[in-house]
Amino acid sequence: MTSRPEEPLDLSSPGAPVQGMSLRQEAPPPSAEYEFTVRARRQWQLVLRRFLQHRLAVASLAVFIAVVLFAFIGGALWHYNYQQFTGDYSAPPSLKHPFGTDAASHDTFAQVLRGTQRSLEIAIFVAIVSTAFGTLYGSVAGFFRGPLDSVMMRVVDLFLTFPLLAVAAILGDQLGPKANGWFWIALVITALTWPYVSRVVRGVTLSLREKEFIEAARALGASNARIIGRHVIPNVMGPVIVTVTILVAAAILTETALSFVGFGVQAPDTSLGLLISQNQTAVETRPWLFYFPGVFIILIALTINFIGDGLRDAFDPTQRRVRA
Amino acid sequence: MLAYTIRRLLVAIPLLIVSTFVVFLLVTFSGDPLANLRTKQPPPSPQVIANYRHMLRLDQPVLVRYWHWVTGLLHGDFGPSVQGGGTLDIGHALFQRILVSLRLVIAAIIIAMILAVIVGTISAVRQYSIADYVFTFTGFLFLSLPVFWFALLLKEGAIWLNNHIGTGFKTLGESSPIVGPGFGSHLVDALEHLVLPTITLALTAYAAWSRFNRSSMLEVLGSDYVRLARAKGLSRSRVLIRHALRTALIPFVTVTALDIAALLSQTIITETVFQWRGMGDFLFTAIRALDVYAVLAWLLFAAIIVIVANLIADLLYAVLDPRIRYD
Repeated sequence: MTSRPEEPLDLSSPGAPVQGMSLRQEAPPPSAEYEFTVRARRQWQLVLRRFLQHRLAVASLAVFIAVVLFAFIGGALWHYNYQQFTGDYSAPPSLKHPFGTDAASHDTFAQVLRGTQRSLEIAIFVAIVSTAFGTLYGSVAGFFRGPLDSVMMRVVDLFLTFPLLAVAAILGDQLGPKANGWFWIALVITALTWPYVSRVVRGVTLSLREKEFIEAARALGASNARIIGRHVIPNVMGPVIVTVTILVAAAILTETALSFVGFGVQAPDTSLGLLISQNQTAVETRPWLFYFPGVFIILIALTINFIGDGLRDAFDPTQRRVRA
Repeated sequence: MLAYTIRRLLVAIPLLIVSTFVVFLLVTFSGDPLANLRTKQPPPSPQVIANYRHMLRLDQPVLVRYWHWVTGLLHGDFGPSVQGGGTLDIGHALFQRILVSLRLVIAAIIIAMILAVIVGTISAVRQYSIADYVFTFTGFLFLSLPVFWFALLLKEGAIWLNNHIGTGFKTLGESSPIVGPGFGSHLVDALEHLVLPTITLALTAYAAWSRFNRSSMLEVLGSDYVRLARAKGLSRSRVLIRHALRTALIPFVTVTALDIAALLSQTIITETVFQWRGMGDFLFTAIRALDVYAVLAWLLFAAIIVIVANLIADLLYAVLDPRIRYD
């Protein structure tokens, strides 16, 4: 049997920053029995129902939304600004300063709120732009195949030869200190993550384009743009959403790591990674400065990972083994 | 197989050329390598700056510089460096750092793989048991843990233990400045320094791999041939190890091979926390010093690692899975 070398690996999302998530690329057709006994539901309704059954994922979604609201609404309401000197130096957590204060009398609660905002803004930017671009890129490459596909995928290979953190550090060193540094950091991370999305999308598109409904659409005279827009892209959204949740968690960890080593978000702005970097010597003497930002990073990354897990189960229930 | 390997390596050469060119442009246009020199107090004479400009070939067009760099590489010359007053031998320095980082990476990979196979297999065999839930949760936790935060936590914990119980954890550097005579004491010293960074790196790496092993195990355990093996009377453990695990390990091994490249990012962060003089320190120092050729050498090495790891992953797939044939 002859096989293209990349084929077997594509199924398992090789090279994604956070692997171990086996991404099944298409939902299996519902069995006949299922179709006859249950009222017909649209695929999205089925996915939603299965997602809601995943208790941990639903709880994570609730926590994640709470963190988002906390960061953006809480940040606007909280009576201290993250740059404000409160006059309380190195105070432990209290009612006045729920997360304590640092040696320069900044309110840590306000700083964590601000840092969480920054980290979330970067993550959301990465999610939206890399999904949009990666999906479009991957579906065009997979749909047209041939030399166009080869060239486009070599470009993806090119991007994937650069270690994310190293390139982000090189660019972040120059772009981080600019005004709107966070935007440039987000852009750099996006530039390095979209290839993962496009690789997954291309893999699914390659099998989709041979399906009967695509052939039917073409027989009806649909243009290529319409087939890609109306038939291919909606059908790749499942694997894409799963990949993107994993990438977003990875993006948050990358951004915080980058800020930690000093090539990400720079003072006077702040981010969760930068806060930990500034307070790394205070673990023993003023532990609140170190633990709270860390806990928020974990909270965000963990809930996103669980949501991704729930979505994967929802899109692909084959992993639930009944038989022992 | 040999022909395939050679062909893949030949394909890798243009990829490497294009990727180094892109990186060269990226690094060249990302900043002025003499910026640090220009802002120095007291300001260096124009003659000094002109000398540096000439040494770094900044007086030549970019394409010519790239050509000089590539032809230099073929002679083992990685280009001039601004560090150490222009005397740093980039190739030699980077090689030393790679050796330091390599022992951390190898130790972590071995421990992480063993851990991932054990945890993943137990999780799959006892799906939806308490053990599975605990392993799944800890797996996700380590997956979501910022590596620098975890490393700092371990480091501070070890320092606390050292101070209160008198344990002898080594928390700084990759070796002690003064070591007793003989190879044996050097080895012990290096191993002692390896403990904490290895734990950090292994635990952050194992998480994703154990999840992967779990899902590939689940897929295999649900297949008909495993049921057949049980039906013909083989013992549970024999079916599990000889039939199921062997098959499940095929995709697992290739994924870990691919992941070694991604592990590089975690390694340089871990090294930073434990203040190792490894590849991470080399890269970050080079970036801060705007040392273009040192950064380029680092990226070249990283790109080669990625390409070789991809090739190894594909070849391993063919070696382990008889259904895959390359020709």
